[in-house]
Amino acid sequence: MIPIKVENIHKNYGEIKALKGVGFQVNEGEIFGLIGPDGAGKTTLMRMIVSLLFPDEGNILFMDRDVVSNNAFVRSHVGYMPQRFSLYQDLSVEENLLFFGDLFNVPKEKQHQRLERLYNFSRLGPFKKRFAGALSGGMKQKLALSCMLMHEPEIMILDEPTFGVDPVSRLEFWNILGTLRDQGITQVITTPYMDEAARCDRIALIYAGNILALDAPDKIIADFPYNIYKIASEVPHILFNNLKSVMEEKDIQLFADGVHVIDRNKMGINEMRNFLKAYLKDDEEPAQSNANLENIFLDLMHEQKEQV
Amino acid sequence: MNKTLSSIIKKEFRHILRDKQTLIIIFLMPVMMLILFGYAINLEMQNIKTAIVDNSKTPQSRDFIEKIISVNFFRIVSVDPDYNNLESLFQMRQANCIVVIPYDFARKLDHQPQTKVQLLIDASDPNAANYINNYLNMVANLYNLDHNDFVIQPLSVEPRLLYNPDMKSAYFFVPGLIAVIILLICALLTSIAIVREKENGTLEQILVSPVKPIHIIIGKVLPYMMIGFLMGLMILVIGHFWFGVPVAGSVVLLNLMMILYVVTGLSFGLLISTITKSQQIAMMATLVVTILPTIMLSGFIFPIASMPLPLQFVSRLIPATHFLEIIRSIMLKGVGISELYKQAGALALISLVLLGVSMKKFSTHLE
Repeated sequence: MIPIKVENIHKNYGEIKALKGVGFQVNEGEIFGLIGPDGAGKTTLMRMIVSLLFPDEGNILFMDRDVVSNNAFVRSHVGYMPQRFSLYQDLSVEENLLFFGDLFNVPKEKQHQRLERLYNFSRLGPFKKRFAGALSGGMKQKLALSCMLMHEPEIMILDEPTFGVDPVSRLEFWNILGTLRDQGITQVITTPYMDEAARCDRIALIYAGNILALDAPDKIIADFPYNIYKIASEVPHILFNNLKSVMEEKDIQLFADGVHVIDRNKMGINEMRNFLKAYLKDDEEPAQSNANLENIFLDLMHEQKEQV
Repeated sequence: MNKTLSSIIKKEFRHILRDKQTLIIIFLMPVMMLILFGYAINLEMQNIKTAIVDNSKTPQSRDFIEKIISVNFFRIVSVDPDYNNLESLFQMRQANCIVVIPYDFARKLDHQPQTKVQLLIDASDPNAANYINNYLNMVANLYNLDHNDFVIQPLSVEPRLLYNPDMKSAYFFVPGLIAVIILLICALLTSIAIVREKENGTLEQILVSPVKPIHIIIGKVLPYMMIGFLMGLMILVIGHFWFGVPVAGSVVLLNLMMILYVVTGLSFGLLISTITKSQQIAMMATLVVTILPTIMLSGFIFPIASMPLPLQFVSRLIPATHFLEIIRSIMLKGVGISELYKQAGALALISLVLLGVSMKKFSTHLE
């Protein structure tokens, strides 16, 4: 069985082309990440997988069934966590959990067994009487996830589940997702954070309705053919503007702590240092570095823009 | 009952009970409106501020003034104000009407077939002006009867008031208030309750589940149906025991009709919720399409017969028009269903059409 297969999906909102022929396959028991900035088309795609939106063109298969004609099947077998926190703020943690249990027709005895298990692993037990609206961001997300797990879905669709959550809670949340994967639950997750992308088994980099790359994160990094040199700087934007005059814009990337340079012409670190010397301050020096997903994403984005 | 459905209903009741502010408003509003309509907005008139200019100063004129005072309707606020400056009494709102008795009042009474007394009325409130005119004519008649035993009246009209013999306005507004409150609670609260789920994204969440749309709708609507019905009942009880409004007809029929009307209100709310996306817009839309027409065009305050023809037609489309006819007939006239099936049918038809459209429009998708 293939959990999810997306084939050549197109979706327009009036004049705006949200998705332009997207296709991928999610394998059983993996965490599949859709990585991209806001407006890339991630949420549209997620909503199509759970049958809330219809594609203009193309097919989505959910457990080998066409989503559009089997939306009742999809909706009862998927665990969907929408982008915004979508639980009832004026219901308590426990009331929310039991409500979703009822919604998915989980028998009462089973609901209580699962409740205890979910309290254990989410550590929400002590807060079960608290109103959902009074929880911290991280706890809200754990509650939303737990509500989805009440009916023990085989496939979970999580749309930016860690948005607006503090780093410690994010880490904890990802550990929970890891545990779920080990239990065999297939997960599709979207995130704008590159550090989270690295924790997925496979990712699709998505930008402006197109998939730019599709593979395991390590593989995508390993396949990147160029060296990256980091120039740490106190005033990165000034350095960035200076470098613009000597280098192609697609080869320099502005970061908070400096500028990253792509060695597209394979000059090597020493030649690069000499080449840039005149434009750098004394304390700014190119250093050998490994490409990360963000570098690759920005580079692919540039390439995409040039094609248009 | 279906487990999902009962779970949704339970959840909805929790929302209602935990939103204390709304709850207080739901219960206080009908009571406030009752008090307002019962005491402040009084359609019965009394204590009309009256000034009297007695130019005659004779026993006859004093006798006439006595007659005016004896009617509860007039309250004398000024006697013999400056005759050249009478209008200022109106302008300063010190009097609603001025009676001017001519200096030759007594002489004319004795020697002429007709004697005229002048009545000046502030007609900026035309309704009140009418009342004042009628009342003073009545006083004049009384006076005539007292002083002229030989007046022959070949024809006289003898009115007998049925259903509301004392012409109490409570009889009029309590049924009207029930119509307004039920609609307000049912249409407004239902539409807001559904649109709130859209706005908060919770609808998106519960749509991705095996729940059937009909369960979502019934689960949302049923609690408000009960509250709307309870509110109607509450007004009825207060109206009956506090304001003494009778229930001449069948109480069972009255309640059945109230339930039918509750369904009409809900179907309005449902329709609005399917076409709006924010609570604010839902609220405005509900006020515009339900509450305003109910108050202005249903005959709650203004009689339909005196509206221009196009508006009379519009009033037939307003559920409250039919419900008011039903509830006033049952409460005041004791009429049974055989006289009311037309109105009940109209309500049922309006509900069916609205429900049909909103069921069709209720989307289980996001587009």
